Amino acid sequence: MATVAPAEAEALPPAEVEDVELYHSKSWVTKYVFSQDAKVIAVQYSVTAGAIGLVALVLSWLMRLQLGFPDLFAFIDPTDYYQFITMHGMIMVIYLLTALFLGGFGNYLIPLMVGARDMVFPYLNMLSYWIYLAAVLLLLASWFVPGGPTGAGWTLYPPQAILSGTPGSDSGIIIMLVSLALFIIGFTMGGLNYVVTVLQARTRGMTLMRMPLTVWGIFTATVLALLAFPALFVGAVMMTLDSLLGTSFFMPSIVEFGEYLEYGGGSPILFQHLFWFFGHPEVYIVALPAFGIVSDLLSVHARRHIFGYRMMVWAIVIIGALSFVVWAHHMYVSGMNPWFGFFFATTTLIIAVPTALKVYNWTLTLWKANIQFTLPMLFAIGFIVTFVNGGITGLFLGNVVVDVPLSDTMFVVAHFHMVMGVAPLLVIFGAIYHWYPLITGRMLHEGMGRFHFWVTFVGAYIIFFPIHYLGFLGVPRRYYEMGETSFIPASADTLNAFVTVAALIVGFAQLVFLYNMIRSASSGKIAEHNPWRAVSLEWQTPEMPPAHGNWGPELPVVYRWAYAYGVPGAAEDFVAQDAPPTLAAASGDDDRQEPSPQPAE
Amino acid sequence: MNLFASLSAKPWQVQGVIADPSDGDGEFRPPAYLGLKVFLAVATVIFSLMMVAYGERMEMGDWRPLREPWLLWPNTAVLILSSIALYWAVVRARLGDRDGLRLGLLAGGALAAVFLVGQLAAWRELIALGYFASSNPANAFFYLITGLHGLHLLGGLIAWGRTMTKLGRGDEIARLGASVELCAIYWHFLLAVWLILFGLMLFT
Repeated sequence: MATVAPAEAEALPPAEVEDVELYHSKSWVTKYVFSQDAKVIAVQYSVTAGAIGLVALVLSWLMRLQLGFPDLFAFIDPTDYYQFITMHGMIMVIYLLTALFLGGFGNYLIPLMVGARDMVFPYLNMLSYWIYLAAVLLLLASWFVPGGPTGAGWTLYPPQAILSGTPGSDSGIIIMLVSLALFIIGFTMGGLNYVVTVLQARTRGMTLMRMPLTVWGIFTATVLALLAFPALFVGAVMMTLDSLLGTSFFMPSIVEFGEYLEYGGGSPILFQHLFWFFGHPEVYIVALPAFGIVSDLLSVHARRHIFGYRMMVWAIVIIGALSFVVWAHHMYVSGMNPWFGFFFATTTLIIAVPTALKVYNWTLTLWKANIQFTLPMLFAIGFIVTFVNGGITGLFLGNVVVDVPLSDTMFVVAHFHMVMGVAPLLVIFGAIYHWYPLITGRMLHEGMGRFHFWVTFVGAYIIFFPIHYLGFLGVPRRYYEMGETSFIPASADTLNAFVTVAALIVGFAQLVFLYNMIRSASSGKIAEHNPWRAVSLEWQTPEMPPAHGNWGPELPVVYRWAYAYGVPGAAEDFVAQDAPPTLAAASGDDDRQEPSPQPAE
Repeated sequence: MNLFASLSAKPWQVQGVIADPSDGDGEFRPPAYLGLKVFLAVATVIFSLMMVAYGERMEMGDWRPLREPWLLWPNTAVLILSSIALYWAVVRARLGDRDGLRLGLLAGGALAAVFLVGQLAAWRELIALGYFASSNPANAFFYLITGLHGLHLLGGLIAWGRTMTKLGRGDEIARLGASVELCAIYWHFLLAVWLILFGLMLFT
């Protein structure tokens, strides 16, 4: 490894950003409630996202109860069922996954990993959280208005979303749209922070290509979100006007209960285009941070540099770019021009190339590595398997001819739950086990963690594999009950009941995890400094958990990339990013001190 | 391209303190400049998507082109003047002329407020003539486009107000210069957006 001589280093500008005057809180309220510290905001985001996610989890239990035992639960009527479906989907995708990955992990990790004291716009960052909280509370409020929350499905397709036959069409749908608009405004404030912090607040020596892949994933996902959410924003505003003012942006001429409505001429497909122009990048807004985080988990816990770092970065960027040209593969059956379908099928399948590259590199990182079967490692391996599984069914659905018969069946449900439900969640769990000691200073309970992993991992397959099969049988999604359906055998009901039981057991395991997190915060084993012996900067703070301002009086200086594991000759098997090179290395005798961990390409 | 130089670096080969090729020559610019640029990208996407939707909806048979109220012409002139006033404020700030800066900033903000009132008056005129949002998609798009553009300008006026506060409490002119410059960039952007949107509505 070539070492840049100290003299050359001194010729550099002193730091990429002048050390800024931090906002110092004066009272308990500004320190923990209206805090401008990214770490506190991160915890606020995570707790809020977790709480609303718990609501969505309970909704999924209720749906499963209805599907597994259709005649047993009188308190779930069709209206409730549609409301559960809609809220479960919307909460999980936007209010939980997006908020947790970007608002939670992004806020906590970006400043620490790039060596900044805080985000560049702390006030805006605080505002971002409070607007997000308002959006969440507004969403919850829709249960307490006449008609309840909207039951339009998470895609909110017009015209049915605002017609009176759909649950929540009197005010639930308006509340949903306003809440989404608020979420987007709040997210944009946070997103500006993440992007500018990565680009302008990196510490001395932290080049873009020395950033951990976690930062690359979150950064690219934020750029996607900033460019994709406007589509949902425009769609939401226009649909609100259709519903409130009676405009006809999306509403065609329509007869309701034998009466002509005032609407006419609008284009429901236009909404679908806007929605999916947001909706497909949204998949990668969730997936890219997961890709980045899982790369770091694998590398740390296998004590090996990530294989093909540059390719991993490029793949993240290329996947992000491609995700903007595939949206209409969600619309093969919408009646659009078949040639469009051909184009979008091609782009969709091309995404498999950089994605497969990432999977190979994760696997090759583990090749001959010193794998530690810690909890984060278990979840990371679980992710790779699950993501491949969900990704392969994506190849099926990406082809027009295969997609058409499978559209709107349970197969689609199984596909997206595997690829953007279970897979990112496994990463989130792994990441929480990994960074919990950094955030709280205590370890999570190992035994409960292993129980949580095995039940969740095996359980997810027990739940979703049969659902693929139900899809092949032709069981449609979004149906309250099957009734007398000749082409679906009675055994499908048995399978549904089985899935429900499995789902309840997996749900219980999540409660164990919740208990573990709450209990360990006060009585977990005290974590030593840098317990996983990680290279990256977030573990090198003078105090753990990091104090206000993250770094002591001096910002850290970065000498190497974030994957210096298995370094021969070093005192331990890793060298931290901010550890100065030894004198021997500086004098040129560097090959024995720190040989290149990866052969030059 | 520096970005490509950044992305093709081989981080495992070099150790030591190095600078990133894309970071430029070390000249320090407040992060707010980059933040504003990113926000302008977001706003550009919003307005572009609205124009795409406009184009798509126009193709439907029920579209009856709207005769834009004549008031939009003087409004446009006011917005142009507002942008010029802020540009002048930036120039005066660079020269260190505090009074000129105050004058330019005040004129820019006041003219922007006049523009917003003018837009509201145009709305009232249309409503008085019976052109409601629900009566035709062209009308609906007119209210949507002018409304969203107006809201963006209103947001700009908040930033403008904060700059006025800083001016009022006597911040030094070097620090003020950045705030005024950011306001001016945003104003020019919104002027460009308005000219494009106005043109789109005039010619369709």
